[in-house]
Amino acid sequence: MTGRLAHRLMLASAAPVAAVVIAVVLSSIVLLISGSNPLAAYADMVEHASKLETQVDILNRATPLYLSGVAAAIGFRMNLFNIGVEGQYLLAFIVSAHVGAQVELPAVLHIAFILVVAMAVGGAFSGAAGVLKVTRGVNEVISTIMLNAVVISGLSAWWIVEWQAGGEISATGGRVGTEPIADSGILPNINAWLELFTREIGLGKKLTGMLVIAVVVGIVYHVMLNRTVFGFDLRASGANPTASHVGGVSPKRMVVIAMALSGAVAGLVGMTELMNTGYYPSNPISLLGFTGIAVALLGRNNPAGVAVAALIFAFLDVSSGILQISGAASREIVEIMKGVIILTAVIAYEVVRRIREREEAAAAAAAMAASPAAAS
Amino acid sequence: MALAIELTGITKRFPGVVANDDINLAVAEGEIHAICGENGAGKSTLMKILYGMQPPDSGTIKIGGEVVELQSPAQAIDLGIGMVHQHFMLADQLTVLENVILGAEPMRSFGRIDFDAGREHLDEVGRAYGLDINADDLVETLEIGERQRVEIIKVLYRGAKILILDEPTAVLVPQEVDELFRNIRELKASGATILFIDHKLDEVLEIADTITVLRQGRTVGTVKPTDVTAHDLAEMMIGSELPVPDAGASTVTEEVALAIDGLRVIGEGDRAVVDDVSLSVHRGEIVGIAGVEGNGQAELVNALIGLDDPDEGTITLLGREITHFSVRSRREMGLGYVPQDRHRDGLLLGFTLWENSALGHQTEAPYSRGPWLSRAGMKDRASRIKTDFDVRTPNIEVSAHALSGGNQQKLIVGREMVAGPAVLIANHPTRGIDVGAQAAVWDDIREARAQGLATLLVSADLEELIGLSDTIVVMLRGRLVASLDPNEITPRDLGAYMTGAALEAS
Repeated sequence: MTGRLAHRLMLASAAPVAAVVIAVVLSSIVLLISGSNPLAAYADMVEHASKLETQVDILNRATPLYLSGVAAAIGFRMNLFNIGVEGQYLLAFIVSAHVGAQVELPAVLHIAFILVVAMAVGGAFSGAAGVLKVTRGVNEVISTIMLNAVVISGLSAWWIVEWQAGGEISATGGRVGTEPIADSGILPNINAWLELFTREIGLGKKLTGMLVIAVVVGIVYHVMLNRTVFGFDLRASGANPTASHVGGVSPKRMVVIAMALSGAVAGLVGMTELMNTGYYPSNPISLLGFTGIAVALLGRNNPAGVAVAALIFAFLDVSSGILQISGAASREIVEIMKGVIILTAVIAYEVVRRIREREEAAAAAAAMAASPAAAS
Repeated sequence: MALAIELTGITKRFPGVVANDDINLAVAEGEIHAICGENGAGKSTLMKILYGMQPPDSGTIKIGGEVVELQSPAQAIDLGIGMVHQHFMLADQLTVLENVILGAEPMRSFGRIDFDAGREHLDEVGRAYGLDINADDLVETLEIGERQRVEIIKVLYRGAKILILDEPTAVLVPQEVDELFRNIRELKASGATILFIDHKLDEVLEIADTITVLRQGRTVGTVKPTDVTAHDLAEMMIGSELPVPDAGASTVTEEVALAIDGLRVIGEGDRAVVDDVSLSVHRGEIVGIAGVEGNGQAELVNALIGLDDPDEGTITLLGREITHFSVRSRREMGLGYVPQDRHRDGLLLGFTLWENSALGHQTEAPYSRGPWLSRAGMKDRASRIKTDFDVRTPNIEVSAHALSGGNQQKLIVGREMVAGPAVLIANHPTRGIDVGAQAAVWDDIREARAQGLATLLVSADLEELIGLSDTIVVMLRGRLVASLDPNEITPRDLGAYMTGAALEAS
């Protein structure tokens, strides 16, 4: 039995490990061709990542990537391609920043209020795409791409002008953005928690409190998916909508709920930045939504897998800075690595799936052959 | 007589199974050669090898005396082999002519299709083989039997001299089968060689010149129909006597479990696909619905389980009107369902058996408590289904696609039965499964009937309908046109009712 368990574990981890190994090999080839020393570049990256401050950077980057990955993963579980995480988080970001600055509440309530507004806005905006799909048959890929455009070049551009804080700030060349949220609405950093285990964090780096929220989201996602009737309905409906419909799960209802949930989690993506700066800037951090799709893909839509994928991507993003500074290699190499990891992971997952399917079929056939009555 | 096809030592292995094991087959030119065997005996694999869809692992294929290595169906067609699939591959919106020339269009200059040449050739083929069809009819307007004729013509049009017919009678009523057999004899008279795959013994004995029987991937023997009886063939096929469905003593009670009153479902084009259907099923009763497919049975079933909303009429389950209830509330009230297409409607193929054993009942104990799933409850039930319903699997952790069709069906039937339903809708419950699994499903339904289960049985297997049902109703063009006593009706008479012939005569 232990042999079989080991075999299954090996199969399960084979795909991501193979993906990373192949990505390293291919990237090394690219580095060699471009005249850089791959070993020097990797040494720089690893050395940099071993510093506490870099690790804080990686966690800060991984937090929104993880939320974005979970948002995409919820859609994927239902066979929905929510490509609109980008627009959903930016809309939630600007609306919650503005609304959050207009209210006065005690600290905990204020923070909760902002987060709830962000989730509600993201959920409603994404849910709208779900409603369009089930009532009018509009493919969610099309509608969410369109809604992205509505937010990115439409609403946010308009509202940033409408809601920007006082002309005098922008006139002096300072920040352009929405009015800052009062301190009571800002989630504190959790440096103190990390420092329980490590030395003091230097360079003024702050570990985002949203990390805690992200971990909670991950746990809730895991429990919801695997331990509740609703999660069973969601997975079943995504895997086979007609059989699930026969089994009492309305596919239309599941589409709308899954889109809304996906959007609600997407709404939290921008909160890492909001809780750091306190306002929505004219150039908010972008493309997190699209990267989240890749993160979900690499993490197989699995709560823990998406976390690992988010950490890998965050590590690569943060490494690109040090490569530029040390000059060991061009910083673009990390983009190549990300791409190669995704491609090899998709292929490796498929290969492993086929091996597993074949082994199961063989085992089932063997069980048939073992009982002579089965021949009848 | 020269041999059209000679297969020697054909072996084909799939992971864990030997589908064909040293099969030998000799088909003389101009004969009708039947290949018999149960589901899973290796007929389909053998035909796929002969049609170039799969290469054999070992063995030789001779066509017209020449050894060939078939790489693709295109090559098989070039060699004069044509296949008529069990499931028609026709474009409904195109005419007969367009369907026939599709992929083999005669061309004029500038890439234009030469329809005249196509029509001429089609007429030629029709005349030569005595097949009567109107080239300009839209395929969607054709009856099943006519569609099958289009499929045959399609193959002949491409110059086939050897025709493989894969279970051609499975979709036909007895009268259409007679017509098909007339066509096949005409084909033979015109010089074609026919390979006829079937497992209905009477038909095989009627039409074939030679019969080869397969069992578990091996050739059991080749016989002449004059030398054997149906009984002998059955023994060759399964090694023992065929099980027959038999309802046994009546257990019908007075208590109505399911009542349908004036039910009407409007389909496309404002046509009533279920038209004023009224029916009641009592506890302990099996009501069979007979009918040629496409006469409203599917729509009736969908309305009963809640997938479609009926336009008029009422459905009452255990005394409570459920006409517009959701699927889930009906299920929770005790409505069980065995779907016709288990892959599409019954299973989550990539999920484990214990997850599949909960599908449709996930809101009920012991599968869940409130909003929480109970894995222990699910696994417990799955183990019980595995034992009680004889689902052959290494364990309940494998995914559903690893099981054979018969075992998948036993899992579904078991899942519905352990939930203790008050009413069961069984939609073609034994379609496409082997004789052993079929007998097991029949036993399960009978046993539950004795416990007071009310069953609505929709089936195309007339013997199953007659053997199991307490009452048979016939559905034709959306209406229930006859109510018959299964003790007094033969499959042939029932077929006459199904096509409407018996109604016109009376």
